Amino acid sequence: MLEIADLECVRGGRTLFSGLSLALRGGELLRVAGANGSGKTSLLRIVCGLLSPAHGEVRWHGGNIRSLREEYWKQLVYVGHSNAVKDDLTATENLVVACTLAGMKVEREQACTALARFGLAGREALPAKVLSQGQQRRVALARLLLSEAVPLWVLDEPFAALDATAVDCVETLIAQHVARGATVVFTTHQEAQIAATVALTIDLDTRAVSC
Amino acid sequence: MLTALRCVIYRDLLLAVRRRADVATALLFFVIVVSLFPLGVGPEANLLRTIAPGVIWVAALLASMLSLGRMFSADHADGTLEQMLLSATPLGVIVVAKVIAHWLVAGLPLVLIAPVLALQFDLPQPLLGVLTLSLLLGTPVLSLVGAIGAALTLGLRGGGVLVSLLVLPLYVPVLIIGAGTVDMAAAGLGVEAHFLLLAAFLVFAGVFAPWAIAAALRISAE
Amino acid sequence: MNVNWFKYSSPQTFFPLAGALAPWFLSAALLLGAVGLYLGFFVAPTDAQQGEAYRIIFIHVPAAWMSMFLYVVMAFWAGVGLVLNTRLSGMMASAVAPTGALFSFIALWTGSLRGKPTWGTWWVWDARLTSELILLFLYFGFMALQAAIDDPRRADKAGAVLALVGVINVPIIYFSVQWWNTLHQGASVSLKSAPTMAATMFAGMIVMALGFWMYSIAAALLRVRCIILERERHADWVAQYVRTLK
Repeated sequence: MLEIADLECVRGGRTLFSGLSLALRGGELLRVAGANGSGKTSLLRIVCGLLSPAHGEVRWHGGNIRSLREEYWKQLVYVGHSNAVKDDLTATENLVVACTLAGMKVEREQACTALARFGLAGREALPAKVLSQGQQRRVALARLLLSEAVPLWVLDEPFAALDATAVDCVETLIAQHVARGATVVFTTHQEAQIAATVALTIDLDTRAVSC
Repeated sequence: MLTALRCVIYRDLLLAVRRRADVATALLFFVIVVSLFPLGVGPEANLLRTIAPGVIWVAALLASMLSLGRMFSADHADGTLEQMLLSATPLGVIVVAKVIAHWLVAGLPLVLIAPVLALQFDLPQPLLGVLTLSLLLGTPVLSLVGAIGAALTLGLRGGGVLVSLLVLPLYVPVLIIGAGTVDMAAAGLGVEAHFLLLAAFLVFAGVFAPWAIAAALRISAE
Repeated sequence: MNVNWFKYSSPQTFFPLAGALAPWFLSAALLLGAVGLYLGFFVAPTDAQQGEAYRIIFIHVPAAWMSMFLYVVMAFWAGVGLVLNTRLSGMMASAVAPTGALFSFIALWTGSLRGKPTWGTWWVWDARLTSELILLFLYFGFMALQAAIDDPRRADKAGAVLALVGVINVPIIYFSVQWWNTLHQGASVSLKSAPTMAATMFAGMIVMALGFWMYSIAAALLRVRCIILERERHADWVAQYVRTLK
């Protein structure tokens, strides 16, 4: 489904990686590993279509994502480094806006339920600026609960700033999603235990793909 | 598509309401700049009447430019902009929503307060309507063109000053026709043609600017 | 003759070509400039009303033509770079900009020099001078934007969007300035009213314009060579080239 062909990424005159090729079928989990500055975030941003590669292309169901555009983005959830949470909006408002932008119809109640499952019950109506770092991360990740029908998740450091319970919760979510036949691409520095039948790891330092 | 449009306008207005101080600053800037001119050139009524349309228009240009920085930079900083770029709705539509919200917050108040300021300059009453209408048609163009500059300078050092360098020369036609319309009316000439010209600018900018803004945002967010 | 033009779209192959062509264009510029100035200063008749002072239009008018033409050229290269994603096009756009700004400045400067003896002031808000001034601001904006962006790829693309927006705006600006000029001053003061253009005057102006054109090409080629070296400094062929210089 997701195909990476001969990617090369250049940032600030320096080649981060080149000749990167990979094909993922549905129901696979891909972990992008590598040291700081090895280009993990850049690879994820290229996969999303936010960054254009110096060479090569990313294909979704055989079509280049540059020409698919909104067709592709409809089928993608990206949770980036920054939470995309507005300080002056409440947790619920943030979640509803994020889902509407993604083209999903989400009611206030659904958003509240999702937030509650992420341990934010009672804090739905607080402005996001009074929430802690970890709680803001939970608001961003709560979107995953509402995106079970979306076949591709791209998650940049999803576990950053989360406590053990929340990490468990996200791991379960990812495992369930992969089991449903969807594709998940993520990066992490922590050890993650995610049960998946096919779990690939690509190391950007050595450029090795392992199972 | 319309859902996303409404959602983004609603979101930006909500944010503006919760940060009322920012909105008030640009408006106060407009009021103060206009009020400074009589102090600079002297209170001679005939002179003030002559320069009023130009002064008010230039001040409106500066005030609407002042608030351009806020348009995308906050969204860029907290990652919301990335989500907009990856939205299921075409970016052009989202951009139009952002521009509409910007105009409602930064442009419309200028239009509404301009007649009051024009009274300070003793502008004859029939001209007040002409001035307001010219601003009503012109300020959305300022928001549209300004958004291109704001998108291009996103995240750059000294973006605020740079944006004025990029955008002010592009504002020239709106300024000339906008202020000129009031001058024409003052000279007792017909102004319909100039209102139509301003409307044409608005339509033209409304059709082409969103493309440029969207392209600029994608370039700047890389 | 079958020339593979795309071969020269890579900076590496274009670099020596630009180096070989630049001296020819420079010589042509000097020659045409000398002929044009001779025609303008010695052959063209003295104007009955304005005396000898009018002769500055042999520099003023071609410089004004060139400044507008170069903006279109710049926007063209920028657009090509944006659509085809070729690196060289963006470099060409940045190489043309300073020459365009220079000609805008020359047009303003000579216009002001002509204003003093003719109307007794250094600056008149004449339609052409005002448009030139705004054009100069547009060039400054383009160069300032490119200078503020560190990543050359983003600088090229952002500059391209600005140049294209600018080139759509230039005619609108030009016509609104014309209208503004007639509204506020009438047609009393205009640099354009060159009284009954003699054939030699016209020839002098055309020759000067061609000379300026050749100069612009030479300057752009030389400047693009510098930009190529700067951008490709990590490439092997640049290292080799620098070694041959020593």
